[in-house]
Amino acid sequence: MIHVFAFYLFAVLTIASGAVTILARNPVHSVLWLILAFFNAAGLMVLVGAEFIAMLLVIVYVGAVAVLFLFVVMMLDIDFAELRAGFVKNFPLGMLIAVVLLAEIVLGVGAYKAGAMHLGTPDGTAITAPGASNIAAIGQLMYGRYLFLFEASGLVLLVAMIGAIVLTHRQRSDSRGQNVAKQNARRPDEATINMKPEVGKGMTL
Amino acid sequence: MTAFFQNLGMSYEWAWAIATICGILLIALPLMLGVAMIIYADRKIWAAMALRRGPNVVGPFGLLQSFADGLKVFLQETIVPSAANKGIFLIAPIVTFTVALLAWAVIPFNSGAVLADINVGLLYVLAISSLGVYGTVMAGWASNSKYPFFSAMRASAQMISYEVSIGFILICVVLWANSFNLNEIVLAQKGAGLGFVNGFWFNILLFPMWVMFLISGMAETGRAPFDLTEAESELVAGFQTEYSSMSFALYWLGEYANVLLMCALNATLFFGGWLPPFEIPFLYWVPGFVWLLLKILFFFFIFSWVKATVPRYRYDQLMRLGWKVFLPVSLGFVVLVSGWLMFTRYGA
Repeated sequence: MIHVFAFYLFAVLTIASGAVTILARNPVHSVLWLILAFFNAAGLMVLVGAEFIAMLLVIVYVGAVAVLFLFVVMMLDIDFAELRAGFVKNFPLGMLIAVVLLAEIVLGVGAYKAGAMHLGTPDGTAITAPGASNIAAIGQLMYGRYLFLFEASGLVLLVAMIGAIVLTHRQRSDSRGQNVAKQNARRPDEATINMKPEVGKGMTL
Repeated sequence: MTAFFQNLGMSYEWAWAIATICGILLIALPLMLGVAMIIYADRKIWAAMALRRGPNVVGPFGLLQSFADGLKVFLQETIVPSAANKGIFLIAPIVTFTVALLAWAVIPFNSGAVLADINVGLLYVLAISSLGVYGTVMAGWASNSKYPFFSAMRASAQMISYEVSIGFILICVVLWANSFNLNEIVLAQKGAGLGFVNGFWFNILLFPMWVMFLISGMAETGRAPFDLTEAESELVAGFQTEYSSMSFALYWLGEYANVLLMCALNATLFFGGWLPPFEIPFLYWVPGFVWLLLKILFFFFIFSWVKATVPRYRYDQLMRLGWKVFLPVSLGFVVLVSGWLMFTRYGA
């Protein structure tokens, strides 16, 4: 009874907060509702026994991605009238993306039900190695069967990261950084000098 | 505890629900009392290091000072700034406080004495601690005021930076203990040091990890010397500037509950948790939670000591420490630890 209640609670909250995400007028509110949606999706993952995925969802999406989202959106100076003006212009594009996403979900679920991929069983139990915990089962697949795909995706991310750094990095000549090693190596006798300037003459260092 | 309620003639589900609620209360209520006392201890330690007396008026030795402060803020008026975003402004302290309590669910207080004995316990802790930043960021934005906003931006960058290295440090511990479950991590530390010392700290590869975890923990909880989110010399009181009354008290309680959690994690991951410090049979007569409590108090003393003696970091120094020192070193240690285990434990 409790898990049925929990399922409907999480499911309703996921869909509701997802809907409010796109309906909310203030973008910061949208991000916060999106975080609530992530969180309830993680709850649903726990209910189907995929606790590792649930924790990763919270750590990666809520803990890192959404914080950066919020960081950027908080600093935006948003003109609400201008935002709404683009609605009609972008409507066809939005519908196109929605149709593509829907088709992908239908295809994915269809392929899964047909058993074309040997990822799990269609009745919802996703255990690949009986008796093994979530982490062990995923580890065996990721570092065994899908090792090269896993490493390739790692390389793609590395390239993306380096690309982002190269695109945004600019050498600034006027900024003064702190050289900690140099500071630590400084000793009092080389940092201070005792001068005896003549009265009224002044001195240069 | 579930079995006890089942014996009273309840169905399994009801027994489980009531046992869980009892467990939550058993953890949360002593924790609140502990937070009140630890605030007093913090002020006393800080005062002693500054050659002052500290709170000594309310109750014997000033022991009731925290309760008097609590009563004071409870009776104050809650002020919501008229320009604030009201809903988020009021939710933010609740988020901080709730998140600070949530992670205690997986801390083992004795052999098997844990509210949620889940096999992704450490990941749960990491997930919950990554939520802590939202209370700060929401408060900073919703206050609609300059200083809280600066504080929110500082907090979001600071927490993300230190979570990365904390993640790598935890991976080292997990590799050595071969489990994500906190109870199993504690058991893996039994006799880990020459068969005599209980704890991963007595290990040449994990000791540097502990030092880095302690420092990252201070940065993660926003304690001095990393308290840039509420740096009173620059930002008034940071994200709490516009808060008053109970909403301010919730931040206060949440901050100290987070600090206690970090102390408990230090104890659990590196100092053997509820195990006695040494593998001597008569030490096992002392109940496990007493050992855990003593270790938490020891680490809290270190936290207070650092707060009283170390000056605040500058923001660029904080970022440098996180990204240029801790991240490469902890990443290197992940390689080192896994390589060592590959050759010794899983080798050929």
